[in-house]
Amino acid sequence: MNALPRHHHGASGVAGPLLYLRRSHAVALGEWVEIRMPDRSPWRGQVIDAGREVTVIQVLEETVGLAPAQATITLTGEEASTVVGRELLGRAFNGIGSPIDGLPAPVGEATRPIWGAPLNPVRRARPADFIETGISAIDGMNTLVRGQKLPVFSGPGLPGLELAARIVEQARAPRDEAFAVVFVGIGITARETDAFLERFDRSGARERSVLYLNQTRDPTIERLLAPRVALTQAEYLAFELGMHVLVVIADLTHYCEALREIATAREEIPGRRGYPGYMYSDLASIYERAGVLTGRLGSVTQIPILTMPDDDITHPIPDLTGYITEGQVVLSRDLHRKGVFPPVDVLPSLSRLMNAGIGEGKTRPEHRAWANQLYASYARGCEARLMAAIVGEAGLSPVDRRALAFSERFETAFVGQGERRRGIEATLESGWQLLEELPREDLTRLSDAAWAARSARATAGAAE
Amino acid sequence: MSDVARLVRIVGALAEAEPLAEGASLYELVRVGNRGLLGEVVRIAGRRGTIQVYEETSGLSLGEPVTLTHEALTIELGPGLLGGVLDGVGRPLVDVALHHGDFVTPGTTSPTLDAARRWAFTPTVPPGSVVQGGDQLGTVEERPGFVHRVLVPPDISGTVASIDGGDFTVHEPFGRLTDDTPLCLAHRWPVRRPRPVSQRLASHVPFITGQRVFDLLFPVAEGGSVALPGGFGTGKTVIEQSLAKYAKADVVIYVGCGERGNEMAEVLEEFPHLTDLRTGQSVMDRTVLLVNTSNMPVAAREASVYVGITIAEFYRDMGYRVALMADSLSRWAEALREISARLQEMPGEEGYPTYLGNRLGQFYERAGLVTTLGQPPREGSLTVIGAISPPGGDFSEPVTQASLRVTGALWALDPELAHQRQFPAVDWETSYSLHAESTTAWFVAHVDADWPAVRRETLALLQRDRDLREIAALVGPEALQDEDRLLLEAARLVRDHVLGQSAYDPNDALSTLTKTFLLASLAREVLTAGTRALAAGRSFEQLELTGITRLMAELRSAPIGELDARAAALRQALEGVAG
Ligand SMILES: Nc1ncnc2c1ncn2[C@@H]1O[C@H](COP(=O)(O)OP(=O)(O)OP(=O)(O)O)[C@@H](O)[C@H]1O
Ligand SMILES: [Mg+2]
Repeated sequence: MNALPRHHHGASGVAGPLLYLRRSHAVALGEWVEIRMPDRSPWRGQVIDAGREVTVIQVLEETVGLAPAQATITLTGEEASTVVGRELLGRAFNGIGSPIDGLPAPVGEATRPIWGAPLNPVRRARPADFIETGISAIDGMNTLVRGQKLPVFSGPGLPGLELAARIVEQARAPRDEAFAVVFVGIGITARETDAFLERFDRSGARERSVLYLNQTRDPTIERLLAPRVALTQAEYLAFELGMHVLVVIADLTHYCEALREIATAREEIPGRRGYPGYMYSDLASIYERAGVLTGRLGSVTQIPILTMPDDDITHPIPDLTGYITEGQVVLSRDLHRKGVFPPVDVLPSLSRLMNAGIGEGKTRPEHRAWANQLYASYARGCEARLMAAIVGEAGLSPVDRRALAFSERFETAFVGQGERRRGIEATLESGWQLLEELPREDLTRLSDAAWAARSARATAGAAE
Repeated sequence: MSDVARLVRIVGALAEAEPLAEGASLYELVRVGNRGLLGEVVRIAGRRGTIQVYEETSGLSLGEPVTLTHEALTIELGPGLLGGVLDGVGRPLVDVALHHGDFVTPGTTSPTLDAARRWAFTPTVPPGSVVQGGDQLGTVEERPGFVHRVLVPPDISGTVASIDGGDFTVHEPFGRLTDDTPLCLAHRWPVRRPRPVSQRLASHVPFITGQRVFDLLFPVAEGGSVALPGGFGTGKTVIEQSLAKYAKADVVIYVGCGERGNEMAEVLEEFPHLTDLRTGQSVMDRTVLLVNTSNMPVAAREASVYVGITIAEFYRDMGYRVALMADSLSRWAEALREISARLQEMPGEEGYPTYLGNRLGQFYERAGLVTTLGQPPREGSLTVIGAISPPGGDFSEPVTQASLRVTGALWALDPELAHQRQFPAVDWETSYSLHAESTTAWFVAHVDADWPAVRRETLALLQRDRDLREIAALVGPEALQDEDRLLLEAARLVRDHVLGQSAYDPNDALSTLTKTFLLASLAREVLTAGTRALAAGRSFEQLELTGITRLMAELRSAPIGELDARAAALRQALEGVAG
């Protein structure tokens, strides 16, 4: 790109967020545009369809009051970019990177295009460093590692954001390395934002974080830029300054709705439930911006949060997300009603990178077998619960009855840890205690070796 | 007329250019814009050409040039492909990284094969030989122990005027035909055109996967094709990767089509350190990876499966047993849909173009067991396993359905099983293989005469298990008769330890046919022994099967050398059960 700016007097039309320009030359796809009218602050936009006959510009602010014939349109010759740098830590911006904390705009250390380029897959290093979140259902059963993208599938009214806040507050990297948080709020309410920030402040995480907040009242279309502006900053901190960056994005559901709105405005053929057919690729261009690079220090880890409409995990938003991310942490309304916090349903939850992050030298050698056994016993208990609903507990076999009792305790004592942070040792210990209440023959996933190792350690612990 | 047109429109992965030279043809390769991005002409209307661009179009400007190349999208075939990692249009990603750094930027021109590398060529025909497409001219050792047969390209024939042994780059002629046609190690082939074969054959030899559930219940023949659909997280990638690591194949082409970058990092870290048990060489030595992750350009995703299958055919033509894994064909279909939508074609079901079924069919059709062209006579096979990612895990969608019309087997994955960590989460009720019958004789001859009986009884047990579990859900398992409770227990054993197989257990990730047969037989013996004991008047509780379950669990994750001893111990314990 990098052509000189060109000015057009008058556009041919505007419809919703789209502005149409006739007979323009040398327009570049993705080019950044400024639209001016007398006595108004300029609008910003981007070329999404460059054509000799008609060029379409997506305007990033509310287009109310835009009179196309009277506007001056400047094609800037540049692509959408944002200022990045260490200096942004501790600051708050809106979705397109303008300060909202009353301080002057940062000069930054560099300006980077927000769309990013795909990481060359051969330059990626395999994520394998355990991040201790202090949450048993995650650390023990669905371990998070550096460079992973692990979303939280929440539901309306479920504490997804609260769980994310807690992770940010509690997360410990294995070695005491430089780490930062980038938080992107997309279409979330002021109340939610405040609650989140309050936790942040309390934990002293504020100085090492950068906030990008697109609030409910902000233009929808800005929602499409917010995560990209934020990830550009995250990548800079990670890959150029060598920091370990945790990116929390809430709420992706609002992002997808904005995407649908634009697609509708462009009269595109709608895909499932009205969402555009390219939503998979679009979401991937956000989620895939997580990772670790060979020979560089830092990492980008993403925890996106989304709300499953109607608690429906097959809805296109969670569905496409699950197809891109490396697992998911699913919240359960049932557990929430029972007062379990965090209400993580471990069965549909998954961390695909867990195996690389656990075991000898990372957590404990028997971590895998331990988790397999907890899963097996809990799954059996849940199955028994369904059966008991029909035939009554008395109709269950003794093994099933034990599994049922186990699953109840697993939910309240292990998953439902409440407000306290649990280190990985405490998490494993809590799981062992539940398993030990079952007779040895019910623990078919535990080899004698794993069992012996545990018994030896338990005895040694008791002797101390 | 000039071969240069100018861009008049750019939207998404498509660009339009005018005035297109009259000689321009459909599917011709073009260079787009000042940076020379790769593209392919997908529509010609008068003087306007529509181009599918394989690289990021953002930044392309109206008025930039579009240059015709008069060539179709081709891939360079020759020694040096094995062990390589290519992007969707065949550029080696290591080389791209060397020139462009950690991020992929548009306008790269790295050639597929290393032009500088020399290969020791040994001719196998003398000058004067009359040759035609597919005839072997000589050999190169492409990887330690891997004989790369250098063949006459399919479209060429004549008399060999000269042919020399020695070290050659892929482009230096090692000989000539009398009409002066140079003979080189490399040639190009248009990826959308299947490579010709002499004859297609019916196959009775199973493609051995090393996964019990497939080898035992749903075997596919060499040269067959499989649809592998499943919702997110059901284990498609783990299965595809396990096949790439352990299946019995000489060459593996792995197409990561619109999936995750970290998965590729995992493959690249693991494969070089894994040993192919048959050759003793690294698994990477038999593998070509094609990688176009979900965030890489969508048009290249569309091309990547064709590039992959063309490379697969190239090795098949040498007489090898080739397997191609595509993960996932849904992402390929979505790329097709996205391009079709931009072309404003009439959408069919769920927005996919009406030719989706056709294209998928043409792709799967390239699988097969064949007699290759040329001398000496060779048989080669290409087995295709295509992962499918149905929206919401619902198999009624177009990509799954279109695949089922053309594939020989369905390996269906079930989220419910995955949530319970029952891996591989294969739904044995929905899954099938049309090759189960035709491969039976092979199993009888090479594994055990009892193979068909064990397979049949395992399936029958699972069927009975399903019915019983439905009843148990209504009346409670305690209300069932002892025979039925025994059956439920035996079926659990089969589900957990015969069909269940952990990809992360070093001793169990690969199951030999002997081990597969052993485990299935043992489960059958448990049922027999239990039935006998019940008949002799013992109650279900008295059988104490939990000990047996543990022995079975430990046996399946024991080192291969211990299997026989452990099986003997289990059989002894069974005698106690039978009383
Ligand atoms: N055979 C297996 N043994 C052990 N674990 C498995 C096995 N298969 C799958 N898993 C578990 O399931 C997880 C998800 O599997 P996988 O990534 O293959 O799913 P997928 O079907 O490819 O999903 P997506 O469509 O989202 O790519 C794995 O990370 C692993 O934890
Ligand atoms: Mg996958």
